[in-house]
Amino acid sequence: MMTNHGNRITQGQFSFLPDLTDEQITLQVKYALKNGWAVNVEYTDDPHPRNTYWEMFGMPMFDLKDPAGILMEINECRKTFPNHYIRVTAYDSTRGWETPRMSFIVNRPKNEPGYRLMRQERSGRSIGYTIVPYSTDKPEGERYS
Amino acid sequence: MTDTKINEKRTSSLAGDMSVDLDAEFKKSNIQEVLDKLDRELIGLKPIKTRIREIAALLLVDRLRKQFELLSETPTLHMSFTGNPGTGKTTVAMRMGEILKRLGYVREGHLVTVTRDDLVGQYIGHTAPKTKEVIKKAMGGVLFIDEAYYLYKPENERDYGAESIEILLQVMENNRDDLVVILAGYKDKMDRFFQSNPGMRSRIAHHLDFPDYSPDELLAIAKLMLAQQNYRFSPDGEKAFAEYIPLRMKLPHFANARSIRNALDRARLRQANRLFASRSKNLTKVDLVTLEAEDIRASRVFQEGKLDIDGDEGTDKAEEARRLKEVK
Ligand SMILES: Nc1ncnc2c1ncn2[C@@H]1O[C@H](COP(=O)(O)OP(=O)(O)OP(=O)(O)O)[C@@H](O)[C@H]1O
Ligand SMILES: [Mg+2]
Repeated sequence: MMTNHGNRITQGQFSFLPDLTDEQITLQVKYALKNGWAVNVEYTDDPHPRNTYWEMFGMPMFDLKDPAGILMEINECRKTFPNHYIRVTAYDSTRGWETPRMSFIVNRPKNEPGYRLMRQERSGRSIGYTIVPYSTDKPEGERYS
Repeated sequence: MTDTKINEKRTSSLAGDMSVDLDAEFKKSNIQEVLDKLDRELIGLKPIKTRIREIAALLLVDRLRKQFELLSETPTLHMSFTGNPGTGKTTVAMRMGEILKRLGYVREGHLVTVTRDDLVGQYIGHTAPKTKEVIKKAMGGVLFIDEAYYLYKPENERDYGAESIEILLQVMENNRDDLVVILAGYKDKMDRFFQSNPGMRSRIAHHLDFPDYSPDELLAIAKLMLAQQNYRFSPDGEKAFAEYIPLRMKLPHFANARSIRNALDRARLRQANRLFASRSKNLTKVDLVTLEAEDIRASRVFQEGKLDIDGDEGTDKAEEARRLKEVK
C-alpha cells in the first residue's frame, strides 16, 4: 500500500508482480475453470483495502468450459471502465468452502495517487491511525478521469 | 537485422523441397478412431459421413500447410444441418465437437445446445446478455442452435431475434478460433432463413443435408439401440418389428430414428408387464433380454392403425434434452 513503489495497490494474488498479460490471465482463468469455480469480473474506483465488495460487471459466469469467454468479458469491462480497478475472482461453491478461492487485479488506473495517513488525537495522549485514499476525495465515477 | 530475421523464419518452417508425411499426421490425430466410431454407431447417413471425412481431410491438410508456412485463413467451420426430425442432426453435432477437438480446431469439444428461448430475451436490453452468456458457455466447443429459423421473425420488425443474430454474426466472424456454430432445422425453413439472412449464409461453409432413413436402416438402428441397452429381438420379434416400421412410417408425427427409440421403449414396458404377469415362473437371463413378437404386436399401430396413446412423439424432445444433459 502506502509504502509500495509507485503507490500500486496490492490486493489479491500477483499484485507485487508486473501486470499480467492476457495470456497469463487466460492461464489463471483456465486453472479456476478446471477446478469448477465460477469466475466473476468486478470493478471499483475505491481502492481502500476494506472495500471488499466491488461492483460486478455482468452476471457471474457459471458452466464455462473455456477462458476465451471470460477474457472477452474482461475486455468489455476494460473498454467500459478503462481507468478503474478491475479484478477477476473465482468463487468455489462447494459446501464448506463457499468463498472466493482466487482474486487478482487485471486493470488499474493509469495514475494511482495512494493513501493519506490520518492521525487522530485521543484522550490520554493516545493516537488513532487510519488511511484514506486520495482518490476518494472526489465522488464515485470521477476519481481517475 | 532483416537478414537474420528472414533466416530465422526459414529454419522454423520447412523448406520447399522437404516433404511431410500426410499418413503419419493422420495417424497422429487419432481421427480414424473417431471416424470408425461414427461408422459403427451411426447407421446409414452415407452423404454425411463422406462430408465429415472431407472436412477432416481439409483440416489435416491445412495443418500440414502451416508447417510450410503457407498462410491461409483459419478455415470457416460453421455449419448448417438440415433434415427431418430424428435423422441424427443432434447426434452428429455431438460427434463433430469430438472430431474438431482431435484435429485441434476447438479446445474443449463440448456441445452447447440451444433454441430461440435461450438466446432471445423478453424486453429491451435482455437479449444481448442472454446471447452472450450462451456464447461464453460454448467457447472452446460447438454451439448448436436447433430450429435456428425461429430466431428470425420477419412478421414482427421489432422482434429481438434480430439482435441475437447480429451478435452471433459478429462472434462467428471474430471468434472463429474460439467456437464453431452449427445451425439446425428443417430444410425448407432453413432455406428461407438463409435467404432473408445473407450474412448468416455467407458465414456458413458447410451445408449438410440429412436424408430420411429407409425401413432397412431403421431396423438396423433398432437393433443397435437394443444392443446398447442389453436387449435383443427374438427372431419373431424382429419380424414383427420389421412389419411395424412401414406401418409407423405412414402415420403422422413420424420422426425417423426417434420414433424407433420410442417404440422400443414401449416394447420394453410391455415386455416387463408380460414377465410380471407370469411371475410364478422362474426367469432366465434370456427371458430378461428378449423382446418377443407379442411385445411389438400389442402396439395400437397394429391393432387399429393408430399411434400408441402414451405420449408418442410429442414429449420426447424434453426427454432428449434430459439425456443430453446427462451426457454432459
Ligand atoms: N444413424 C443413426 N444410427 C443410430 N441411431 C441414430 C441414428 N440417427 C439417429 N439416431 C438416434 O435417434 C435419436 C434421435 O436422433 P437426433 O436427436 O440426433 O435427431 P435430430 O435430427 O436432432 O432430430 P430433431 O430435428 O427432432 O431434433 C437419438 O436417440 C439418436 O441416438
Ligand atoms: Mg435434435
